Amino acid sequence: MSISREEVLHIAKLARLSLTEEEVEMYTHQLGEILNYIQKLNELDVDNIEPMKHVLHIVNVLRDDKNLPSLSREDVLKNAPEHDGEYFKVPKVLKTE
Amino acid sequence: MNWEIVIGLEVHVQLKTQSKAFCGCKTTYGSPPNSQTCPVCLGYPGALPVLNREVVNSAIKAGLATHSKIRYRSGFARKNYFYPDLPKGYQISQYTDPICYDGYIQIPTEEGKKKIGLIRIHMEEDAGKSMHTENGTLIDLNRCGIPLLEIVSCPDIRSPQEAYTYLTTLKQIIRYTGISDCNMEEGSLRCDANLSVRPMGEKTLGTRTELKNMNSFHGVEKALAYEANRQITCLEAGEPIEQQTLLWNEQTQRAEPMRSKEESHDYRYFPEPDLVDVQLTDAWIQDIKAVMPELPEERLSRFIKHYGLSEEDSLVLTAEHEIADYFEAAVQGFQDISLMNHWIRGEILRILKEKQISIDQCPISPKALRDLLTYLLNKKITPQTAKTVLDNMVKTGESADKIIEKKGLLSITSSEELDALIRNIVEKHPEEVKKYRQGKTQLLGFFMGQVMKATKGRADQKITRHILQRYLDATEE
Ligand SMILES: [Zn+2]
Repeated sequence: MSISREEVLHIAKLARLSLTEEEVEMYTHQLGEILNYIQKLNELDVDNIEPMKHVLHIVNVLRDDKNLPSLSREDVLKNAPEHDGEYFKVPKVLKTE
Repeated sequence: MNWEIVIGLEVHVQLKTQSKAFCGCKTTYGSPPNSQTCPVCLGYPGALPVLNREVVNSAIKAGLATHSKIRYRSGFARKNYFYPDLPKGYQISQYTDPICYDGYIQIPTEEGKKKIGLIRIHMEEDAGKSMHTENGTLIDLNRCGIPLLEIVSCPDIRSPQEAYTYLTTLKQIIRYTGISDCNMEEGSLRCDANLSVRPMGEKTLGTRTELKNMNSFHGVEKALAYEANRQITCLEAGEPIEQQTLLWNEQTQRAEPMRSKEESHDYRYFPEPDLVDVQLTDAWIQDIKAVMPELPEERLSRFIKHYGLSEEDSLVLTAEHEIADYFEAAVQGFQDISLMNHWIRGEILRILKEKQISIDQCPISPKALRDLLTYLLNKKITPQTAKTVLDNMVKTGESADKIIEKKGLLSITSSEELDALIRNIVEKHPEEVKKYRQGKTQLLGFFMGQVMKATKGRADQKITRHILQRYLDATEE
């Protein structure tokens, strides 16, 4: 199992990564190798095994509906590349979600 | 050709919890921007979300209120997408195992009640808010992490009007459970829609489009009507429907195709490694059942049965649970249920409408109304006086007792007192008396009016009419 160049470009776009031509080639190769390696798992018979999505066997880690202090706005905005003292500022975007 | 419209709705309701879904930040609406955030809801590395128990309880309530099945074990997943108001780069949601599924609500239609199925109800977190301005986009992350329930209907809705009714009914049910305000202006209820059309009688579904950006129930109805019309026009012209997302533009009243859509639906869900599953028990669900408030349908039938009110009256009184609560508080220990109904429907709802307020902001408390109507019931004041007193109560905030005493508004029921007064009035209007005796008996109304004017509406109607008739008719002989 390997991965196509188009799939790599698609994944890069979803991750907002811009890749150079060399990187596209490199990742196509590397991701393909990883997928081939993982492919080995398909040789196992897992018909009677419950899928495991978590390594912990605990459930219901819950908290009461109580307030805790938030950060100060000054602190929250401190690391932002751009803000106006109240809001984060980002380049103009068109709502797509 | 006859076309059938097929609609499914996705409704998001914001839960009324004190703290966010996975952290202790406040959820207060309208707070200063970016004042209610912390490392968890900002998605800082190393911060760990912990689920708010009340979110689970609210989801169970929503499930019970909508005849849904409750999934005993459910978990969270990450929905990945990049957007500036989503600092983590993913939304914590539920994917393969929503906490509620296979439910329904009943909506009123002209052909009676209709069941609209619910595919699922799942827990998730809200994103922040973006404001688009001339020189950039401003981001407020206060809303980030506020708990939501997403309620997804089956494609059972057959017209834009039915969609409107579904939304008002769902809102009523959810508001009754107390888990959300469902206020579309404040964004605590949002709705996206899917619509397709097919020739009447056809079994397979047509290609659907998704509609977003509607900001009122009427907006949803209008957007759906617009889109149904557009699709039918396309198909009749032999053009295929393109599967796409459209944004409703309230200004132009058109649905416009969303730009940059190529990758919008590739969310790459995977199980959220930072959270463990929720495992419900019968006892847990039983505890929620025990504190579930009465729902609209139950309350409606109880109002009809218990209070002997008509269905129409009961529908008005139970439309919002706050109005129903008001009625039940006011009618407590009061003899005349129909009088109370009449005054709440007529006067109290009028006041609310005039003042554009909700019933919990009503200046007349249920007890204050009952006190006023007790005067009326005991014939201590006339209906006309009661209205004057009510207006005064609204204006001054004073009690009925005080206003009636201060202004001397008790009705005149003394026959002697009224007798003298009426004789005087009859004597002062010989012309009208003559006409009355010649057969113009509708002049009785004129005399009643004169008596009411002289007494500022305080004369007891029955006694007044009786005495008046005696004077007018007796001398006729
Ligand atoms: Zn937080």
